[in-house]
Amino acid sequence: MNPAPAPAFAPGVATSAGLEVRDLACVRSRRKLFRELNFGLGPGQLLRVSGANGAGKTSLLRMLCGLLAPAQGQVLWQGQSVQRVRESFHQQLIYLGHAAALKDDLSPLENLQLSLRLGGVAPNDTAALRALADAGLRGREHVPARTLSQGQRRRAALARLPLGRACLWVLDEPFNALDTAATAWLLGLIETHLQRGGMVVLTSHQPVALSESVVQQALAL
Amino acid sequence: MTDASAIGIAGALRAVLQRDLRIALRRRADTGSALVFFVIVVSLFPLGVGSQFELLRRMGPGVVWVAALLASMLAMGRLFADDHADGTLEQMLLSPVPLSLLVLAKTVAHWLSSGLLLVLVSPLLALQFDLGAEAAGVLLLSLLLGTPLLSLIGAVGAALTVGLRGAGVLLALLVLPLCTPALIFGAGAVESSLAGLGVAAHFSLLGAMLLLALLLAPLAAAAALRIALE
Repeated sequence: MNPAPAPAFAPGVATSAGLEVRDLACVRSRRKLFRELNFGLGPGQLLRVSGANGAGKTSLLRMLCGLLAPAQGQVLWQGQSVQRVRESFHQQLIYLGHAAALKDDLSPLENLQLSLRLGGVAPNDTAALRALADAGLRGREHVPARTLSQGQRRRAALARLPLGRACLWVLDEPFNALDTAATAWLLGLIETHLQRGGMVVLTSHQPVALSESVVQQALAL
Repeated sequence: MTDASAIGIAGALRAVLQRDLRIALRRRADTGSALVFFVIVVSLFPLGVGSQFELLRRMGPGVVWVAALLASMLAMGRLFADDHADGTLEQMLLSPVPLSLLVLAKTVAHWLSSGLLLVLVSPLLALQFDLGAEAAGVLLLSLLLGTPLLSLIGAVGAALTVGLRGAGVLLALLVLPLCTPALIFGAGAVESSLAGLGVAAHFSLLGAMLLLALLLAPLAAAAALRIALE
């Protein structure tokens, strides 16, 4: 146990460069899932959220993105409420939820181009094809997404991570349905992102096997 | 707003429009079903009424308009439902592009792949009601102004009911009453043309309603989507 945690992680300390949560509470269908939640996340840091099924992990992630209004408390991005700076915050954010957000009738390449466009990034065809190849979808770039397996769909959704300009990745159970090769690929992506000063929030039941140098914060709901 | 973000917004809107049209093309069975419904419903009336030309001429405009209203409701349910089911709607809510503009792009794509087809076949259907060339032309123009209005009003209803069980019926109950002004002035335009009166007043009112809906419906639908996805 480190007796002197990095100041950015101390509860309640403002991290104007990143994400901060103050006194957050979540109520879903009259049930209190969590309350008085405080944490900060600065550049180069990873937060792993764990908890039993139904503990509110997905709700917390949706609150961080501004999809769900907090019952109480605030989510701050660079010191400002995410509801107020929605458009500039969303430029910095990639959220991948339970659903892979793929259109079944479109190919992985078309899906990838569209999600980049929606994120405000002009897609570059060679870079997109390379990202899909890195994700292990070589030869499947042009087939309809409905023919992909669950793991391949996950890979196709994750392929947009290295292409965007977003510095905050919010990933809901990103390792689900991934085989060992894809897990290693995703860990590599996360580590590179953190080394570049990015931030990652993810839910996972297992500790994330990253190198020792990465600052990992765990939050149990 | 900087130029770069304006280009990003235009690119995103074009991408959403292209995507929805491409999906509509790849799922022709879904796209065509509203059109076939429209043609069948309209054709049932002359078959049921028989060859009473005077009666058919009088009810023709109203029947075509009511059928167009029902057909566009039929197609409307899927506007956001598919995107909600596969998670792409959530991604739209998280886009830096204003949600109301994305909703507008989706509605335009939806109209191009459903409402516009109804407009284009309407002169053929007018023949079944013994409507002349002029009345058929007025019917086409009234639907050209009216179907985008139906799509915009329907988009608000579709956004309010997204993710609900039995959304189809609820959507119709919510939206059909709101569509009655379009029906009254649309069918009224054809009737007054048949009676030899001017149609400018009807078209001006339809146009005014369309402009108002273009301005307000995307904002209302975007707000409804944010609530529906909480």
